[in-house]
Amino acid sequence: MSTAVDINAENNHDDHEHHGPAKGIARWLFTTNHKDIGSMYLWFSFIMFLVGGCMALTIRAELFQPGLQLMEPEFFNQMTTLHGLIMVFGAVMPAFVGLANWMIPMMVGAPDMALPRMNNWSFWILPFAFTLLLSTLFMEGGGPNFGWTFYAPLSTTYAPDTVTFFIFGVHMMGISSIMGAINVIATILNMRAPGMTLMKMPLFVWTWLITAYLLIAVMPVLAGVVTMMLMDIHFGTSFFNAAGGGDPVLFQHVFWFFGHPEVYIMILPAFGAVSQIIPTFSRKKLFGYHSMVYAVASIAFLSFIVWAHHMFTVGLPLFGELFFMYATMLIAVPTGVKVFNWVATMFRGSLTFETPMLFSIAFVILFTIGGFSGLMLAIAPSDFQYHDTYFVVAHFHYVLVPGAIFGIFAAVYYWLPKWVGNMYSETMGKAHFWLSFVGMNLTFFPMHFLGLAGMPRRIPDYALQFADFNSIASVGAFMFGTTQLLFLYLVIHCIRKGEKATDQVWEGAEGLEWTLPSPAPYHSFTTPPEVK
Amino acid sequence: MRSRLVHWAPTLLLPALYAADVSAEYGLNMPVGVTDVSKSVFDLHMQIFWVCAAIGVVVFGVMFYSMFMHRKSKGAVPAKFHESTLVEIIWTVIPCVILVAMAWPATTTLIEMYDTSESEVDIKVTGYQWKWRYEYIGEDVDFFSALTTPKDEIYNKAEKNENYLLEVDNELVIPVDKKVRFLITANDVIHSWWVPDFAVKKDAIPGFINESWTRVNETGIYRGQCTELCGKDHGFMPVVVRVVEQAEYETWLAEKKAAAQAEAALAAQTFTLDEMMVRGEQVYATNCAACHQPNGAGIPPAFPALKGSPIALGAIDKHLDIVVNGTPGTAMAAYGGQLSELDIAAVVTYERNAWGNDTGDNVSVKDVVTFKNK
Amino acid sequence: MTQTQNKHGRTISKLILAVVGMFGFGFALVPLYDVFCDLTGINGKTKGRYEASVETQIVDESRTVKIQFITHNNESMPWDFKPTVAEIRVNPGKMTQVDFFARNPTDRRMVAQAVPSLSPSQGVDYFHKTECFCFNQQVLEAKEETLMPLIFVVDKALPKDIKVLTLSYTIFDQSQFDQSGFDKKAFNQNKEDQVIVAGSL
Repeated sequence: MSTAVDINAENNHDDHEHHGPAKGIARWLFTTNHKDIGSMYLWFSFIMFLVGGCMALTIRAELFQPGLQLMEPEFFNQMTTLHGLIMVFGAVMPAFVGLANWMIPMMVGAPDMALPRMNNWSFWILPFAFTLLLSTLFMEGGGPNFGWTFYAPLSTTYAPDTVTFFIFGVHMMGISSIMGAINVIATILNMRAPGMTLMKMPLFVWTWLITAYLLIAVMPVLAGVVTMMLMDIHFGTSFFNAAGGGDPVLFQHVFWFFGHPEVYIMILPAFGAVSQIIPTFSRKKLFGYHSMVYAVASIAFLSFIVWAHHMFTVGLPLFGELFFMYATMLIAVPTGVKVFNWVATMFRGSLTFETPMLFSIAFVILFTIGGFSGLMLAIAPSDFQYHDTYFVVAHFHYVLVPGAIFGIFAAVYYWLPKWVGNMYSETMGKAHFWLSFVGMNLTFFPMHFLGLAGMPRRIPDYALQFADFNSIASVGAFMFGTTQLLFLYLVIHCIRKGEKATDQVWEGAEGLEWTLPSPAPYHSFTTPPEVK
Repeated sequence: MRSRLVHWAPTLLLPALYAADVSAEYGLNMPVGVTDVSKSVFDLHMQIFWVCAAIGVVVFGVMFYSMFMHRKSKGAVPAKFHESTLVEIIWTVIPCVILVAMAWPATTTLIEMYDTSESEVDIKVTGYQWKWRYEYIGEDVDFFSALTTPKDEIYNKAEKNENYLLEVDNELVIPVDKKVRFLITANDVIHSWWVPDFAVKKDAIPGFINESWTRVNETGIYRGQCTELCGKDHGFMPVVVRVVEQAEYETWLAEKKAAAQAEAALAAQTFTLDEMMVRGEQVYATNCAACHQPNGAGIPPAFPALKGSPIALGAIDKHLDIVVNGTPGTAMAAYGGQLSELDIAAVVTYERNAWGNDTGDNVSVKDVVTFKNK
Repeated sequence: MTQTQNKHGRTISKLILAVVGMFGFGFALVPLYDVFCDLTGINGKTKGRYEASVETQIVDESRTVKIQFITHNNESMPWDFKPTVAEIRVNPGKMTQVDFFARNPTDRRMVAQAVPSLSPSQGVDYFHKTECFCFNQQVLEAKEETLMPLIFVVDKALPKDIKVLTLSYTIFDQSQFDQSGFDKKAFNQNKEDQVIVAGSL
């Protein structure tokens, strides 16, 4: 698949100046280099991950025992809301965009992204958007307190004044994502090296191509729904107000039309990363490449027709409820196909268990468990018992934490030596993995039981029968959270003191990125490689 | 290796023998519940759970086997295969078949849950911030049901009782073995009414009416909670249903009507300032303290202080206007529709005299009626 | 412009068009939702004014349908609002009138909007309102009371297994949106007075 690259390209200075990166803060403010921008996205997302994580820890601290110990319910609702918003829009999505920025050009043999200046704006919008969002916590009336899903009329008629800043923040994040998606599609469609047909692209590139189309399709709908909110709040319209002929349920339909594809946006790139990593550490090609591509495309298509499974208790008519139940159950099929293909890749391979592989294997197992609880939720009659309880919280944290987050960790461990030029400490990596694995399961597995036993979501205090599992979950949360500081230390240690890495880095690794030196040069593939 | 798997299989099946409803007792599983529907739902839940468990055992089994037997450190040499259309078809079709098999009982249960016809009792359930209101249609019985757990227990100043956060002043009472239909709506934001033992959960949406139903097979007390974020006290508005024999139900209904009439009769009496203060303090605690606080200090600017307020110290009519008619555009609801005239008189009297306000005003039912009819 | 830049230009134009289109689609969901609800009768939104024909009014004596009436005041709506009868049995095809009592207990003119909701939602296609106070906003002066008519007919084609229809009205305070040119300035001043007084505590 990959052949020799023109390694002399870096020495040719005849076309334009390659003075290397600018110096100081100006470098970061004005860079159009995909590697710099990728790094900024990744650092930003990690900081947001820690901020969102601190909010989670305040929630778990309050829920450690029954009774209100640390905060009033009003503040608790702000914490749950912001934890969700920050993790979804500030941690997971920017991390995947960071990986896309770093890896897509190198994986397709392109010198940079299609629109480097727009790339810079896409990033720099985010610190502004999140500063605005976080500053609402200090404004009069408090920050957004209506859940990250912000249903009307709680988020319109009954919202604090800061809801307007929330809406502006969401608009900014949306613009950033849309611009990023445009960049990704243009890069992948128009800048692949000669010989790299679509069906020769690495799976990470495929999953990002499909994710980018999902973003183009649904981020504008999110923009639409928050604009409708803005109009209801400030301009006297009645989109979601029954009094004026509107309907609060319309909000839910439009929101989840965005919301469901959004959760696939948050997982498909992880599917792609894991599809690169497992073959490397199995020393065996990915099983069923074509099926894997079709499966991702099917999942993306199906994701548009299942949204009302978030609304089974809203009073949908019977045939609507049945349709969404069947369509949701159907998504299990292509997802299952992917899991079987990963397992078949490992089967009769030659396996080693470096940190990226550990995270990838944990991904396959624990994401599948999350998928199982998802399948249970799809069954509409039983969903009446699970809906808006901790069973749902358990489900989505299983698909997001060992799903998206472990996928991101796996990708970072995998590609860090290529970015930095140094190996990370394998001992620390494994420690980070095992502590995260145990911490995560301690936190979220008991939540299945809590939900089944009857504990609703988004409550700051609970009846006594829920106490034991809540304490276990809180202990696990602190364990998981503290471990991430180890990861921070590991990354900094790798940059400053890590052992030099080879160009190949991993024995079984294949792909254009591994033909570059480690660290990858500031400008790579200025002359496109030949792909056979 | 194969014999090892066979050897371990019975042990892996042990959990299956673990009675599912026993685990419910220990808070591990969904309750079987007390209606035919809740039993069907529980069965569906267990069926899909076992399907998932079986698939998990197979898939993870293959993975663990691989991780053990196909390690490089064991000398494993990687195979070359990387595709098989036949295998892809097989593991696409088999899950489809399993899903169709699951969809069938799910569909019949859902159809049953949607059939609200031929009910014997109809109850309108309205979600308020932050309590429930139950109206028995055609019976003239209408009351609020609010949390009674004392604040001291919540703020860890007193020990929590057995039904902490799941106890109310007025339970919903329904007859056993009768089909009861619920008409569910909301007064302000979206709430959701849930009783796990009935497997009934339906969103309460302002401006719209949703239907659900139940037929309970066993008498008893069943507790649930609001399951849609509705503001600050979302976790503090439980649902408590007492299911009784038909005779007891009829007695209760009659008592409730009599009590309502007695309340109305009370309206004709006059009460001393002290008597009004006692009643007013109770009404205040149930209806006003959540926002205006037990000490009257409120949480300005959203919830103004009543202690030392110009309204509580000023003209009685203006005070009555706010309590009876609410303040449009704010969170202050119109309590004229929620509280009896006696309760309004009592709470206004209380607000005008508590916390050092000391106006000495004893607002009577007659004053309230006069105000309303002006 | 290089070839690549041309290709980028085309890709980007298509994508931006898609973005704008999807934004528009989000807003199009609003009328689409209403159309869908109208066609299928889901969410209990009853239809608008019905033009009754002679056909419609042929009475089916063989069965009766129970119609229940429920009312609800949305949060700060202080009006007294209730049906004059809680339920009524009608023959399909028989035009029937039921009045609803409304009273404005405040000392200011107010405007209300009643929003109907019918259950079960399969019944929406068969419940025809030829006259309803919910078609318009209702204005009541201070302390005024009135009887508001609902005139309806149940379609003979109502499925036999539907024996009860529950019609619920929620009444909302729409005084700030009054189109009939009332003294908005005075109303706003009154509202501000209340808020200022409330806020100064």
